[in-house]
Amino acid sequence: MSTAPRLTALDALHRRLGATMTDFAGWDMPLRYASERDEHNAVRTKAGLFDLSHMGEITLIGPEAVKALDYALVGNISTVGVGRARYTHICREDGGILDDLIVYRLGESEYMVVANASNAQVVLDALTERAAGFDTVVRDDRDAYALIAVQGPESPGILASLTDADLDGLKYYAGLPGTVAGVPAMIARTGYTGEDGFELFVAPEHAVRLWEALTKAGEGAGLVPAGLSCRDTLRLEAGMPLYGHELTTSLTPFDAGLGRVVKFEKEGDFVGRAALEAAAERSASKAPRKLVGLIAEGRRVPRAGFPVVADGQVIGEVTSGAPSPTLGKPIAMAYVDAAHAAPGTSGVGVDIRGTHEPYEVVALPFYKRQK
Amino acid sequence: MSNPQQLRYTKEHEWLSDAVDGVATVGITEFAANALGDVVYAQLPAVGDTVTEGETCGELESTKSVSDLYSPVSGEVVEANQDVVDDPALVNTAPFEGGWLFKVRLSEEPKDALSSDEYTALTAGN
Repeated sequence: MSTAPRLTALDALHRRLGATMTDFAGWDMPLRYASERDEHNAVRTKAGLFDLSHMGEITLIGPEAVKALDYALVGNISTVGVGRARYTHICREDGGILDDLIVYRLGESEYMVVANASNAQVVLDALTERAAGFDTVVRDDRDAYALIAVQGPESPGILASLTDADLDGLKYYAGLPGTVAGVPAMIARTGYTGEDGFELFVAPEHAVRLWEALTKAGEGAGLVPAGLSCRDTLRLEAGMPLYGHELTTSLTPFDAGLGRVVKFEKEGDFVGRAALEAAAERSASKAPRKLVGLIAEGRRVPRAGFPVVADGQVIGEVTSGAPSPTLGKPIAMAYVDAAHAAPGTSGVGVDIRGTHEPYEVVALPFYKRQK
Repeated sequence: MSNPQQLRYTKEHEWLSDAVDGVATVGITEFAANALGDVVYAQLPAVGDTVTEGETCGELESTKSVSDLYSPVSGEVVEANQDVVDDPALVNTAPFEGGWLFKVRLSEEPKDALSSDEYTALTAGN
């Protein structure tokens, strides 16, 4: 099936900025505007502006919205206060990860679920089916929002110049409704870069106005437009998983080292509970493989799918790899056999097109910002 | 972007200078450099290697991908650009100048080289 890619509300603006565009999960998205390394470094040291309108928003409203989410997801959504957010997973009955999500509690009985673009339909279908027995509406809000992120150490100052909202009171993983540059927005202190930053959910018709206001406000602070290419290297350095790479339906959250997102102690049953209890036990006693970080000693870059080797044997597989602008070396995330997963394990390499390049096994993340 | 008139080009986006004393310089075009994104690693042929027109002789790695480097001409490699090995970003900043890749002593004239205008027409649709 071939269909024309979907365009975000900011499409014309990206083209005017000379962006290199790429197809991503059926959307035509900016890959980079100029040098992706410069964009990456701007987000680490100053600020970057991202169009993330491809992300999929799904709203649940109703007296039993929270019960529906507790049943549908592996997290304990009942403990999320109004104005707060939670990172969680949605799993299949067999424990396999369908997607990783952020759930924002917008009101007493209103929640917004943000899914990956590639999984938005799957998540919408699963939530609709799983919420059927509960007193709640599940609403497809994918077209209701454009999403603009401003990320980096300068982002609080840039945003503060455009809003009266209490940004100092807005904690990491919190969100509140407000007005930015005269535009109604849900202001969330979330991101996928390892830096402080904000994600602004706005009506698509307001997206251009907001983007231009942020660009102007950030002029003196070194803000640059930033594409998906640097978003990927930023999240990789920060050790954040990407669905389709570190997370798939054939892995449970425990396999991915994210067992902490599964809350068995919550009330009532939830989809995948039995399988996940078994997975938790398996992971504690005899984990087959573990997710680790790898840092290259040389300069050749590992890519997703490359074999990880030791003593000539395949002991794992790279899930994401890129040259790290911050470390100045190629880095990767990989699932490797538990026997080779301890940081400092020697003799580990990556098979890069037939050559075994030496790599150092390290704990994730590669980069953690100073707070 | 403009492709210098005095160079010859290939469909694989390499350029080739006119030979001086039988030695020509090889690089990739600005079009190719832009398409690759930031080049982070260059594996160039070694001095003394024999390269063959249209065949791979190295690789260029960027943030997102790795691309084979094709030789635009047959001959013997007499120099590889150590500056590019040390700082691969030169390929992006100066593809037609400081970002050249290697020099070849030609064993024969290239068969499939394009003129600047032909190459510009080839990439115009992109």
